[in-house]
Amino acid sequence: MMMTNLLALAESIPSKTVQASGWFLETAWLIPALPALSFFMILFFGKRMKYKGAEIGITALAIAFILAICCAGQWINQVNNAGHGHDQEHHQGDDHGEEHQDSNEALNSENIEIAASENITIYAAEEKGEGYESVAVDAVIQRFTWWESGGRTFHVGIMVDGLTVMMLFVVTAISLLVHIYSTDYVSGDRRYTHYFAFLSLFSASMLFFVLSENILQTIVGWELVGVCSFALIGHWWEEKPNSDAALKAFLTNRVGDMGLLVGMIILFWSAGSWSIVDINVAAINNEIGQSTLLIASLCLTAAVMSKSGQFILHTWLPDAMAGPTPVSALIHAATMVVAGIYMVARLYGVFFEGYDIAGSSFNVLALVGSVTLVGAGLLAFVQDDIKKVLAYSTVSQLGYMVMALGVGAWTAAVFHLFTHAFFKAGLFLGAGSVSHSVHSFDMKKSMGGMRKFMPTTYKTFLVCTIALMGIPPLAGFWSKDEILVGTGGWGLFGGTGGNGTYVFALVMGIIGAALTCAYMTRVIYLTFFGEFRGDTHGHGDPHESGKRITVPLIILSVMAVAAGFLNLPVGFLTGNTTGWQERFGHYVEPVATYFPGISHGTPSWSLAIFSTFVALSGVALAAHYFFVKVKAQSPAATELANGLTSKNKLAKAGHTVLKQKYYLDHLYTDIIANGTKGPIADAAYWSNQKGIDELVNQVGKQATRSATFVYEKIDQNLVDGVVNLSGKASEGLGETTRTIIQRGKVHQYAAIMFAATTILAGLFIVFV
Amino acid sequence: MSIAQYLLLSSVLFCIGIYGVLSRKNGVMVLMSIELILNAVNINLVAFSALTDNIAGEVFALFVIAIAAAEVGVGLAIVLLIFRNKQNVDLSEIDQMKG
Amino acid sequence: MIAQNVFFSIFALLMIVSALKVVTTKNIVHAALWLVLVLAGVAGQFLLLGAEFIGVTQILVYIGAVIVLLLFGVMLTKASIGDEENINMPNRVIPAVIATLMFAVMSYSIIDSFRGEKLPTETVTNAATVSDSIFSDFIIPFEAVSVLLLAALIGAVVIARKETA
Repeated sequence: MMMTNLLALAESIPSKTVQASGWFLETAWLIPALPALSFFMILFFGKRMKYKGAEIGITALAIAFILAICCAGQWINQVNNAGHGHDQEHHQGDDHGEEHQDSNEALNSENIEIAASENITIYAAEEKGEGYESVAVDAVIQRFTWWESGGRTFHVGIMVDGLTVMMLFVVTAISLLVHIYSTDYVSGDRRYTHYFAFLSLFSASMLFFVLSENILQTIVGWELVGVCSFALIGHWWEEKPNSDAALKAFLTNRVGDMGLLVGMIILFWSAGSWSIVDINVAAINNEIGQSTLLIASLCLTAAVMSKSGQFILHTWLPDAMAGPTPVSALIHAATMVVAGIYMVARLYGVFFEGYDIAGSSFNVLALVGSVTLVGAGLLAFVQDDIKKVLAYSTVSQLGYMVMALGVGAWTAAVFHLFTHAFFKAGLFLGAGSVSHSVHSFDMKKSMGGMRKFMPTTYKTFLVCTIALMGIPPLAGFWSKDEILVGTGGWGLFGGTGGNGTYVFALVMGIIGAALTCAYMTRVIYLTFFGEFRGDTHGHGDPHESGKRITVPLIILSVMAVAAGFLNLPVGFLTGNTTGWQERFGHYVEPVATYFPGISHGTPSWSLAIFSTFVALSGVALAAHYFFVKVKAQSPAATELANGLTSKNKLAKAGHTVLKQKYYLDHLYTDIIANGTKGPIADAAYWSNQKGIDELVNQVGKQATRSATFVYEKIDQNLVDGVVNLSGKASEGLGETTRTIIQRGKVHQYAAIMFAATTILAGLFIVFV
Repeated sequence: MSIAQYLLLSSVLFCIGIYGVLSRKNGVMVLMSIELILNAVNINLVAFSALTDNIAGEVFALFVIAIAAAEVGVGLAIVLLIFRNKQNVDLSEIDQMKG
Repeated sequence: MIAQNVFFSIFALLMIVSALKVVTTKNIVHAALWLVLVLAGVAGQFLLLGAEFIGVTQILVYIGAVIVLLLFGVMLTKASIGDEENINMPNRVIPAVIATLMFAVMSYSIIDSFRGEKLPTETVTNAATVSDSIFSDFIIPFEAVSVLLLAALIGAVVIARKETA
């Protein structure tokens, strides 16, 4: 019934826009509902079940994963059908000002509105020969009216388009793998059931966030994932560092959330609607002023900085490694930290117009991303904890994504999100596998030479590392290269740039690539090569982990290899065809009214070769340092004894700065927090004691004095005197009555009665 | 005949009865004075009954007679008890209810 | 008309004089006998007003029973033969004042309200009418009065009986 209505709707709309539809797309709300249900079921029944609730979580996630795949399939189907059914015409974004809302009365249900498509078509490509077909496919939007108040309606609903479908796939896939991994990793844990409950809740929250139709839901989902992150980081909260880390994560996110709320409110008031589609359309069509959009974008950038760990609010991410490793893999590598990226990608119209990405060579988003990727990359060099290295690596890669969004390379950023999720999760789970056998995360103290003991883990870790480094033909190369292409830049590399000329971003990106390779080589050496430095406390040699740990690792490493081929650049190997290239971008990048007209950089072979060269040189440098020099020193050594930092003062100082994490934590805790706690609080206390309290005391004293006066003079003498007097009067009257009137003489009583009756009768006669 | 003369007669008897109640010390005398009052009331009732041709007045007078008889019976019983206790029926000596 | 007025005056005069004697005489037995005259006068007034049954009942009950009871009371309380010393209250002015005041109030209101109203000429009501009324409209007061008489009977016996030691 709904389908025919939709098709009718589609046919009644003029030419080029198609409303996507499909059963899976429309009931995509099932996907977060299942983990939410499993959360409650695990809480109530988990402890009694055979596998302590893990089976509920895994089942729910498995079904959600299958549904996500079906959604993806259906969406791809929709895009393909839309392409085949229409001519290949090209329009240059006309009809910007015209908007047309189809009426919703054609639909049967009162509550469910299907967002009508506007008949504006904005194409993602400006020139011919691009890989995009000229048909707009609108997202599937389902909306329920949640409540109405003050003339405004608040909806809750889902919005499903290519980006959503991709995120659903990523979240459910990695969550499922993490679930399976966790059954081995946290088995025997003190709060096993609650762990799985929170994993389900997190999955549900993230999926809900991804499916948000309006920015209110986005805010709700954002906060929910923050809460779940807090709960899961502090899973072993009995140890104080863990609960401290959880608090730090939550509170740092809170700082950014101020930006989120302010930004969202600005967007609501300027666009007049909570709906993401409406806001984007309003931004793109210049209905909102550019300065308003800029302010909103800046506020939202603050939110992205905290949630996605950008410099300077990134300090929580490394500390968040205090949580269990599967949690780090799921939340702080693949899904939650990309919430900020997703939010920017969703509201890209706002950012694109706000920062004027198309026309400039510098904007705040690109700057933040660039600084983050290099800054975090440097920090990764001085970490001993393997998870912390991976955490800084995550921060650095998130910097890549933010930078890509900042320069207008939308597809590149989202594609990097996609590939990064897989190989970073693989890296984290691999680190977890290693630590599971040596019971520690410290590379220098407990690891080394794990290659012999854990071959599968080694292989998968290596594959994911190569993907991360961006060495072809693995996934990281394709996505990172696309980002570099998108920055535009010198044009030296033979390709034309994307939306602007972000030279700084390009430079930082290339430096970051080199850094990534170098520190990851360090990690590989310290963990898997050399001599085993650890102590297994009499358990014998460390051994490979069980199937439930290694199989997810294998799956993720396969994805790390294969995922890159989803978005091969146009012109790769076969000239200018669109058959099997750019598949990812084709399906994920929205071609719709709510997406701005960004231009894509043309891929250039020379840039690809140059970046590969930089990556390999980074590997070579680090390999030379470690594999040659350090190994020469001794098999069990972890660094050169007389290295650069001991010889050169500047290097030593730099090393200290890095070790102190740029003194940011010092700034936050000691200077800002303690500064507020100490002097300001003292000043407030002083003014309170001396100023306000003194005043209050004085008032009190005066009140006491006047009260005493009142008591003594007035109350005691006057008031009590009157009261006593009345008492005496009554007493006297009573005495009189007793002695005169009530003497017991019956005749007297009778006389009084009769007299009274006479008088009353007389009065009655006279007056009535 | 006018009704007024009956009513005036009744009121005269009533007032004489009041005087008797208030000025007699002997208990039995007080009871007799009370009888005077009740009879005055009876005349009043029957006179009005004749005036308004409503039999209720006479019926009421009948009931008053009955009650008066009962009241005299009980009253004399009390007077006898007083006499038994105090050997006289001087009402002015009964003042134990004084305040 | 004239005859009724004449008889009324005679009876009225008789009654008033007797009533005055009741409340002023010092002889208690004489007071009872003067009371008999008053009651008889009342009965006569009843007959003049046409209330046959009430008049006869008055004579039967009041003169026949109540007076006898009062005389019994006089005897049992050992009234002295001849003048009784302790029969009057010392202060008789206040009662006189009160009585006079009461009479003034009442007579004023009577004369003011009923100045010219005349009684109907034929006002005889027989016993049948009275009994019809009692046993239909006033059956409940009738029953209540019978209960009251029972109570009074029992009460009088209980109060006045000798203490069986």
